[in-house]
Amino acid sequence: MAFNLDSKIPEGPLADKWTKHRFDMKLVNPANKRKFNVIVVGSGLAGASAAASLSELGYNVDCFCFQDSPRRAHSIAAQGGINAAKNYPNDGDSVRRLFYDTIKGGDYRSREANVYRLAEVSNSIIDQCVAQGVPFARDYGGLLDNRSFGGAQVSRTFYARGQTGQQLLIGAYQALSKEIGKGSVTMHTRTEMLDVVTVDGKAKGIITRDLVSGEIKRHAGDAVLLCTGGYGNVFYLSTNAMGSNVTAAFRAHKKGAGFANPCYTQIHPTCIPVSSEHQSKLTLMSESLRNDGRVWVPKKKGDDRPPSDIPEGERDYYLERRYPSFGNLVPRDVASRAAKERCDEGFGVGESGLAVYLDFADAISRLGEDTIRARYGNLFQMYEKIAAENPYKTPMRIFPAVHYTMGGLWVDYNLQTTVPGLFALGECNFSDHGANRLGASALMQGLADGYFVAPYTVSNYLGEHGEMDAAKKVTTAHPAFDEAEAAVIARTERLLAVNGKQSIDSFHKRLGLIMWDNCGMGRTKETLTKALEEIPKLREEFWSDVRIPGGDKEFNAEVEKANRVADFLEFAETMCLDALTREESCGGHFREEHQSGEGEAQRDDENYAHAAVWEYTGEGNRPELSMEQLEFENVMLTTRSYK
Amino acid sequence: MKITLHAWRQKDANSPGGMQTREVDGISKDMSFLEMLDKVNEDIINEGGEPIAFDHDCREGICGTCSMMINGQAHGPDGGTTTCQLHMRSFQDGDAIHIEPWRSRAFPVVRDLVVDRSSFDRIVQAGGFVSANTGGCQDANSQLVPKVSSDLAMDAAACIGCGACVASCPNGSAMLFVAAKIGHLANLPQGQPERYSRARSMVKQMDAEGFGACSNHYECEASCPKDIPVTFISDMNRDVLKASTCHSDK
Ligand SMILES: Cc1cc2nc3c(=O)[nH]c(=O)nc-3n(C[C@H](O)[C@H](O)[C@H](O)COP(=O)(O)OP(=O)(O)OC[C@H]3O[C@@H](n4cnc5c(N)ncnc54)[C@H](O)[C@@H]3O)c2cc1C
Ligand code: SF4
Ligand code: FES
Repeated sequence: MAFNLDSKIPEGPLADKWTKHRFDMKLVNPANKRKFNVIVVGSGLAGASAAASLSELGYNVDCFCFQDSPRRAHSIAAQGGINAAKNYPNDGDSVRRLFYDTIKGGDYRSREANVYRLAEVSNSIIDQCVAQGVPFARDYGGLLDNRSFGGAQVSRTFYARGQTGQQLLIGAYQALSKEIGKGSVTMHTRTEMLDVVTVDGKAKGIITRDLVSGEIKRHAGDAVLLCTGGYGNVFYLSTNAMGSNVTAAFRAHKKGAGFANPCYTQIHPTCIPVSSEHQSKLTLMSESLRNDGRVWVPKKKGDDRPPSDIPEGERDYYLERRYPSFGNLVPRDVASRAAKERCDEGFGVGESGLAVYLDFADAISRLGEDTIRARYGNLFQMYEKIAAENPYKTPMRIFPAVHYTMGGLWVDYNLQTTVPGLFALGECNFSDHGANRLGASALMQGLADGYFVAPYTVSNYLGEHGEMDAAKKVTTAHPAFDEAEAAVIARTERLLAVNGKQSIDSFHKRLGLIMWDNCGMGRTKETLTKALEEIPKLREEFWSDVRIPGGDKEFNAEVEKANRVADFLEFAETMCLDALTREESCGGHFREEHQSGEGEAQRDDENYAHAAVWEYTGEGNRPELSMEQLEFENVMLTTRSYK
Repeated sequence: MKITLHAWRQKDANSPGGMQTREVDGISKDMSFLEMLDKVNEDIINEGGEPIAFDHDCREGICGTCSMMINGQAHGPDGGTTTCQLHMRSFQDGDAIHIEPWRSRAFPVVRDLVVDRSSFDRIVQAGGFVSANTGGCQDANSQLVPKVSSDLAMDAAACIGCGACVASCPNGSAMLFVAAKIGHLANLPQGQPERYSRARSMVKQMDAEGFGACSNHYECEASCPKDIPVTFISDMNRDVLKASTCHSDK
């Protein structure tokens, strides 16, 4: 059965759609809001902001996260900044320009109306955050400071040293804490969602596992919001936190939520290169560094002189050479591919040859070391700790790494998935970034969804479909909960019963390698076909030989990992299938068969200007594909050029 | 390199715990401390045992999840470093390394090196926020904030809530953590309306959670991975004193 993908984009001119839609939406009377219970899974920027805002409106909220505190959600790791169309620097920015840059940056694979709304609410986000006490960087006059990010020629990025994500999350966490303190949000930490419960096709609750006691619990709600982040860890090595996973989204997918564009993954150009086989994660060096750092490799192949001995004339500043107008600030997909191209050609540096230089010497001689320290001190320190080299003296060595996933649960304009009552916010949905996300736009999107979109659209859903009569509400005694709970327990028992020989991590690493080699920065029909043969074999091996020490009625990190890796092993196949089916290159999805003579991505707008939405049809079965055609009424589809 | 690892093992909050010793070989200097533990756990799993439980998530020094005493020092020997940022190059071949959970009454052990720090969350819930609901805020630039105040607020806001300050304090005091939160908001105009009630409520909750008092050892500052200075403690004490004498706001 194909999905009916009604995007519910409001009628009218682009700039009026959101205003008109807000007016048309159903409201819930303040006294009735207390009768509704909303479940928010996730406490990152999207989850914390949504839970706090919905609670402020008067709903009862249950919020869940797997960390020991909501403040530790992965959003905390964001370094560089958050975009907004404030135009404070007076350099020509506007809502329209932010909209345009985001659509273009996404290589014309996102929905116009969503992106416009994102740009429209961006300014309110900054106002909100400042009111909460987010200590954004300021200039000497006391005004807010801005910096530039890739894919933009204006300065619209607000930042808090190199810790923007942390400061924004603490803002949202404080708002959430205020509501927890009042008793209108119940916070469930160290709790993992393992299934969505649907009744008559609508989301009515979730099943969770208490990560301390192992207890499986049921929670009923009138709406369920998934704010569970991205799935970059399918590659094992990524810049994501160790616990980031696809489990919540994938289990929702199994219950009927369409998964859109799973193959769209972002490989970030500036990360610390892999140094050993023991490596457990990759560390990002924020894109903001490209404001002052210059990327280069030696002009001579295999030149192994120390960087300081290579004279200016023998260096190839390849981004400045290839893209003179954006230079070092081209979008991420472009910068990553350019680095890969140089390294593949044998110009890479470092022991493995899989690195390029990011050099601050010019900026330091122009601005002084103190200015650079004030801008990026914590990033430089982080680099020094990992690489044991002083980046003030020697250029950083960097290489692309998996960073962000543009794909996610398909949502309509109201952020509702194909399952009524089930919403997806933040990185967990597919909505706003098309095939490539611009830097500093994920924080913006997470907070836009949570503070300014979901409070309206979730209310609208409850106003229209919510059951106010307590006697008629679905409770956790409903047979659908029995069934979902039994399935969760059975799955864990099945995992424990395998009692094989190989550790969970060893499987995860092998899956990661398959994905990186075959579905990474460059993909071909051949590599993807190969991955599609290898993944099911690995999955089979996992289910017959994985070893999970200890039991499930206790604190056991291995049980957590086992559930997550089992889901990655299924999900990876859908990703590769999606990549194989999309016979074009766009943004982060680079099919080597489809490139221009100069090695740029070649889109096929005639056949692929759509979101590919996959429907789950059972383990090992080929998922079914539906498409949402993307209509462009306000921008002209052109070949992206950053030259 | 080779090391001898002594690790605290404790099944759950109600079981007694003890140190367990293990010889570990094949460690590279470039491994992070947690990657060393990953390897140890992989070995334990392959031998059929139960791995050492420890908390971690971002592994880049910002989420505040990782937490352990390493040879008696919170987050180990390097200054301004979280456990996850510590590398094996800070140790010598043949070293004995002792790892234990945070030690504090207000942080009960969950398992092995994992502790329960929800007391920190409850302190913030008691008042560590600005009561600005979503919507209707004025333009972000309509209020100027002197750069010095904003930088000072940022210095305090850099706290990652890890709890090392508590773990290394002989009194198990949470003063540095609470002072950092209070100092963040007290240095911004947005934090002024609730400044004194905030200080009062947070300190009251801190006491209720069973944290000890501060007697100026400054172990907290020395162990803090974000180098939060103890001067924020004196600022907080002044606000708490003012709150109790001159301000009756609730
Ligand atoms: C190193 C790094 C730097 C970045 N820098 C920037 C930047 O400068 N600017 C920018 O715009 N973006 C940046 N990003 C991207 C951005 O940080 C993320 O996309 C964004 O924060 C995601 O927020 P979120 O709320 O959607 O999810 P997250 O913050 O990932 O939160 C997910 C939440 O869901 C919970 N959860 C997940 N699964 C389950 C489950 N099964 N059960 C219960 N709870 C669950 C988790 O506990 C967590 O609370 C960066 C990303 C990384 C990795
Ligand atoms: S003050 Fe320092 S040691 Fe204490 S919780 Fe904050 S970051 Fe950790
Ligand atoms: S794991 Fe996040 S700070 Fe160490």
